[in-house]
Amino acid sequence: MEYTEVHVLAVKELLYKMADDQLILGHRNSEWTGLGPVLEEDIAFSSMAQDKIGQAHALYQILHELGEGEPDTVAFMRNAEQFHCCHLVEIPIGEYDFSLMRHFLFDRAEQLRFELLSQSSFEPLAQVARKFRGEVKYHVMHADSWVKLLGVGNEESHGRMQEALNQAFPLALGIFEAGPYEDALKEAGIFEGELHLRNLWLEAIKPVLHAAHLSIPAEANDALAAGGRYGKHTAYLQPLLDEMTEVFRIDPAAEW
Amino acid sequence: MIIKSLDPRVNRSQIDQEKEFQPLESLDQFETYEVFHQKKRGTQHQHVGIVHAPNHELAMMFAKEQYSRRGQCVNLWVVKTSDVFVTDYDDADIFETTPEKKHRDPESYKVMDRIQAFKQKQNA
Repeated sequence: MEYTEVHVLAVKELLYKMADDQLILGHRNSEWTGLGPVLEEDIAFSSMAQDKIGQAHALYQILHELGEGEPDTVAFMRNAEQFHCCHLVEIPIGEYDFSLMRHFLFDRAEQLRFELLSQSSFEPLAQVARKFRGEVKYHVMHADSWVKLLGVGNEESHGRMQEALNQAFPLALGIFEAGPYEDALKEAGIFEGELHLRNLWLEAIKPVLHAAHLSIPAEANDALAAGGRYGKHTAYLQPLLDEMTEVFRIDPAAEW
Repeated sequence: MIIKSLDPRVNRSQIDQEKEFQPLESLDQFETYEVFHQKKRGTQHQHVGIVHAPNHELAMMFAKEQYSRRGQCVNLWVVKTSDVFVTDYDDADIFETTPEKKHRDPESYKVMDRIQAFKQKQNA
């Protein structure tokens, strides 16, 4: 079917939230570089953070082709209320247990989102989704391995991972906050929608958490983490943006 | 005095410069795993180094980022270092006379003349 104006707006909204999630989480995870728990893990986690920035760049590039600003400008020159990221990615890195659990919950959702999008009627996005399939698969393998190992490691590691899940799970529900164009995306075959993704995600994480002897907190309430997709963020986002854009803003026209 | 750094992560950590740091208690170490990678399907795996890891699964995850982050790789092996059988350096004399056994080197084959001639022609 022909895309109408609404469909273009819908694609842009979808691209912005995906790219902003990747950029902010990529930046957050890069805060572990040089401070990771062991050398090998430091390198792996830093590489994956770089991957996320690369994926964000590819998505901003599609936006640029749809008439939005240059990727660098879009990434570095907006304020918090112009971002569409979910709250989960904004929260400080905390201890490594929290960062790992966030990595697990987010990347599982991302993998499924890309899987759905690889069939999208919007071909540029379908291509990007297919291109990063292997990259994201590795991220999920890495996250699953740690969650399963630490979940049953010893009393301390189990306790920490359960605590991290209790903290991160309600926030992760914010990934799936419905956007303003869910129906338009679905009718045009662009994307199946956040509710569908959320259900797939729950089914996917359950067996891993079960193997890790971890339980999803019962009273998780998605309203807590809502708003990110509409520019309402936690107090942690603006300081992150100030730090991330500090060098860029000295001279936005500089050639790197 | 709190350490001031260009790195905002250090500033956030509020590290006291004067504070005496006690060395950490030594912890159990991860085991080492030997890593082999294969550049192309059908070629032999080559040893590329080691990783420290808590189990095979994570050794594989680490090996992927340590040793295949640049260049081509289609397959990885990881093997616990403790599972590798090695010769003793005290027995290195079993190899001692090998360099003398020139008859085993392909240099003495007649075809080598033609190969050398070809190489010289290429370089000329």
